[in-house]
Amino acid sequence: MAGTDLNIEYIAQLARIELTQDEKDELGQQLKAVIDYMDQLGRVDVTGVEPTSHPFPMDNVTRADEPGVSLTNEEALRNAPSSSNGLFIVPRIVE
Amino acid sequence: MAFDLTVKEAAGRVRDGSISSTELTRACIERIREVDGKVHAVLELDEDEAFAMAAEADRIRSEEPERAAQMPLLGVPIGIKDLLAVRGHSLRCASRMLGNFNSPYDGTAIARLRKAGAIPLARLNMDEFAMGSSNENSAFKPSLNPWDLERVPGGSSGGSAAAVAAREFPATLGTDTGGSIRQPAAFCGCTGLKPTYGRVSRYGLVAFASSFDQIGPLTRNAEDAGLILHAIAGHDPMDSTSVPKPVDDAWLNLNPEIKGMKIGIPMEYRRPELDPVITAAWDEALKKLSSAGAEIVEVSLPHTEYAIATYYILTTAEASSNLARFDGIRYGLRVDGNDPYTLNSRSREAGFGPEVKRRIILGTYVLSSGYCDAYYIKAQKVRTLIRQDFERAFGSVDAIITPTTPTPAFRIGQKSKDPLEMYLSDIFTISSNLAGNCGISVPCGFTDNPRLPLGLQVIGPAFREDTVLNIAHAYQQMTDWHLQFPEL
Repeated sequence: MAGTDLNIEYIAQLARIELTQDEKDELGQQLKAVIDYMDQLGRVDVTGVEPTSHPFPMDNVTRADEPGVSLTNEEALRNAPSSSNGLFIVPRIVE
Repeated sequence: MAFDLTVKEAAGRVRDGSISSTELTRACIERIREVDGKVHAVLELDEDEAFAMAAEADRIRSEEPERAAQMPLLGVPIGIKDLLAVRGHSLRCASRMLGNFNSPYDGTAIARLRKAGAIPLARLNMDEFAMGSSNENSAFKPSLNPWDLERVPGGSSGGSAAAVAAREFPATLGTDTGGSIRQPAAFCGCTGLKPTYGRVSRYGLVAFASSFDQIGPLTRNAEDAGLILHAIAGHDPMDSTSVPKPVDDAWLNLNPEIKGMKIGIPMEYRRPELDPVITAAWDEALKKLSSAGAEIVEVSLPHTEYAIATYYILTTAEASSNLARFDGIRYGLRVDGNDPYTLNSRSREAGFGPEVKRRIILGTYVLSSGYCDAYYIKAQKVRTLIRQDFERAFGSVDAIITPTTPTPAFRIGQKSKDPLEMYLSDIFTISSNLAGNCGISVPCGFTDNPRLPLGLQVIGPAFREDTVLNIAHAYQQMTDWHLQFPEL
């Protein structure tokens, strides 16, 4: 558990960000310092402590299953960088 | 001057007809034209629409008195942080990633402001995607502190705070994930309320860290914060984490009687790095509250030293997941590539600024295979301990009072090269977001030279906004710090 094994190349790939080499160098250095700081949590004894994912957990919140008004196709596509025939246009995925 | 009015005064004067909403709106817009070139709080302003809404408010007042009576904020312009969806307006989160995104709907807080008669006016500057404590991370021009234009207004709701301090708006909306309302309120000398997590619907708020984010008002005083909270709070079926509790009419009629209240002072907050001017203002405020009959007692929040590490693990993890939606395909900036992976990666490289990339990378790391238990799950457990610290403390006190920040507003560039040092400046505010408490920052003094405002933070248990508002109001009855404005 230490910042020294941060593989910035791999993490950037997971995060889908094409970093430049300069960015990789700078981020790697900065994040090592931050991760070293975070390592202090290793000192806390959490035996038997439940994790908190929300301050006030509310499980299985549902609404009545009734049709309502939603965005029209046109409105939903209005901000798309590229669309056609009522669809988002993306690069070819399968040959 | 009309731009000097509080929300309560402005609404009252529109109601009694001594000023029209059109006059009020014109005063705000003229003030923005006059001073915003210095503070850069406003990113976008649609004057024609503003005057159309003001004219409609004036029409409702004269032609539909019964409807007007149901609209407590009728005709009052309120500035909106660029993180909240306002129908028909740009929503950019002060980022290049969103390109020319135009919001197709109103978020719930905005819809409720409209229902109360308010005029949501302008898009306000911020740190990109609400990540930052200084506004230096805005992809546009950073907003500046109206008290000293060489200093930061705080962040991330820096534009919202600077706009109130510069008297461009009687009030604004901001969001608070780790102090993003309270810290800029402290730096700019205004009042900033972070409601309890779940109190205000997050529908239409661009998510940074979903289990932390809350919308709240920045105002001139606690009374106005109560008025706006009353308008925007309450359960919303569009946000499954919004809590089904009724809004509290006590927020509309604050009670300055604090005799017999117990106020806790956390001993862990007496830190060596604390600026002596901050300690002095804190002690002076406690003396005032004590003379009004409050009982001051020491409390302990033993896990305080772990709050920042816990916060940055959990919020970056949530951010890395939330910001995955910016993929260059459905909206926002697109840089083309021959396959979706390349398109996603190039778009995100071009669209996000350095701090956002830093946090996405960090969040991805703490969630990645092999590290998730050591960082993310561990931090969630420490979050439980921090929450329990507050629960224990609130078993014996009504509220906890601390400085809002360990220093006054710092210089532009002073911390921007060292992310960790910037993160440490949030030490007093982030615990409340980890625990889900409510908190308010009110002005409590000034430094001498330069003259910079200082903030006092009142933290209350979950859903006791009435307590923090009453204490803040009581304090503002005894002091005039909140009545002082910067020369611009």
